Amino acid sequence: MKILHTPLSKDKLAGLKAGEQVLLCGTVYTARDQAHKLLSEVLRKGKKPPFELASGVIYYCGPARAPRGRAIGSCGPTTSSRMDAFAPLLLKAGVVAMIGKGGRSQEVAQAIKSSGAVYFITYAGCGALLAKSVRKAALAAYPQLGPEAVYRLEVEDFPLIVGIDATGGKIRGL
Amino acid sequence: MILPMRKITAKKIGDTVAELCGRANILLRPDVLAVLRSARKNEKNRLAASALEAILQNARVAAEEGMPICQDTGLPYVFLEIGQGVCITGGGLSAAVNDGVKRGYGAACCRESVVPHPLSRGKSAYTPAVIHTEIVPSDKIRVTVFPKGFGSENKTKLKMFRPTEDISALAGFIVSCVAEAGADACPPYMIGCGIGGGADQACLLAKKALLRDVRKRSPDPVLRKLEDQVLQKVNRLGIGPMGLGGKCTALAVNIESYPTHIAGLPVAVNISCHALRSAAAVI
Repeated sequence: MKILHTPLSKDKLAGLKAGEQVLLCGTVYTARDQAHKLLSEVLRKGKKPPFELASGVIYYCGPARAPRGRAIGSCGPTTSSRMDAFAPLLLKAGVVAMIGKGGRSQEVAQAIKSSGAVYFITYAGCGALLAKSVRKAALAAYPQLGPEAVYRLEVEDFPLIVGIDATGGKIRGL
Repeated sequence: MILPMRKITAKKIGDTVAELCGRANILLRPDVLAVLRSARKNEKNRLAASALEAILQNARVAAEEGMPICQDTGLPYVFLEIGQGVCITGGGLSAAVNDGVKRGYGAACCRESVVPHPLSRGKSAYTPAVIHTEIVPSDKIRVTVFPKGFGSENKTKLKMFRPTEDISALAGFIVSCVAEAGADACPPYMIGCGIGGGADQACLLAKKALLRDVRKRSPDPVLRKLEDQVLQKVNRLGIGPMGLGGKCTALAVNIESYPTHIAGLPVAVNISCHALRSAAAVI
């Protein structure tokens, strides 16, 4: 199985095909509904986002509380389509990969293709299992959002499946 | 004749709720595990099989490590069947239930997923739970905790059919709800369906239908036939586990019904993700 290391360049992503299973090592940022709303406001105003989006990987996730002595709690993906309205703007700001679950809108699929990004899915509803692939978690932005805050995660062998590849190819069920 | 009331303390109810919150969020229901295992055995599609394998592995990890199965520990639903021979003492019922949810969710390292206002949102917490009570002829209380994830709850639908509508149109509607949900709500699904009553009752029945053992079909032959028909059709959609294709888009269809009005035929669909979680106890 292919192992991808961050930062992910568009060259690295170009060879991936929909349906391909890969393992991710490196840094990803969690962001879901409210963080996307806030980020979009910042980007629309032309201001600097509170964390680096260029070559960034966004994980649609709001983790559960970390048990004592653990880096993170249960941390599976949330429904990607709720972030569809914001995704093209984030791609434009330099995001190269998104991780979530479920399908994307036509508009997002098009934005993925034209920017050479990739949409990955990961094992949905498997938060306990995925927590084993997270080595570190640190608050990166928007602490007021609680579980919806942005966390910087260091992941190792985090399992992904290419949902929509950089050429616009996608898994049939999405 | 006046029978003596059986006293149950609010604290006892809260303790029970707390224990059930941990159990429901950490240990997958045996019936759900059984249908998942059988789906894994029968799946030939490589990617779909890997997803089912991950789901089973996740259930093992959650149980071993005492961690929630899913980070979406849901909007906590608490169903209370209260015997009319019971007297609740030492505090308010809702307060006791919410206190139990707080303690149970906290101890299990759940996620604070409930915002205090639907529009202004605000800081999220474990509570308040959604509490449904029913008065039944007994001297006990049956408590069921059902953490309902919102990826699937967002796909809920209600349709008020004409009373003269053909059953096949109902089947078509239920299947269309699943088609529209696509892979968003964590398939393979378990599909709860409520038919009859008014709009509110149909929605409640659809949710309660998910509490029935997913290996058991309805004892009502008409409903059983509809359950089988819908399951077959849904599994021809080709969505599959997490949208990866294969033959299992749903693992079960549970339908419950209630008498309704001569002018109506309400049908509600409440989908559950593969991590259908609940736990119950009798006090």
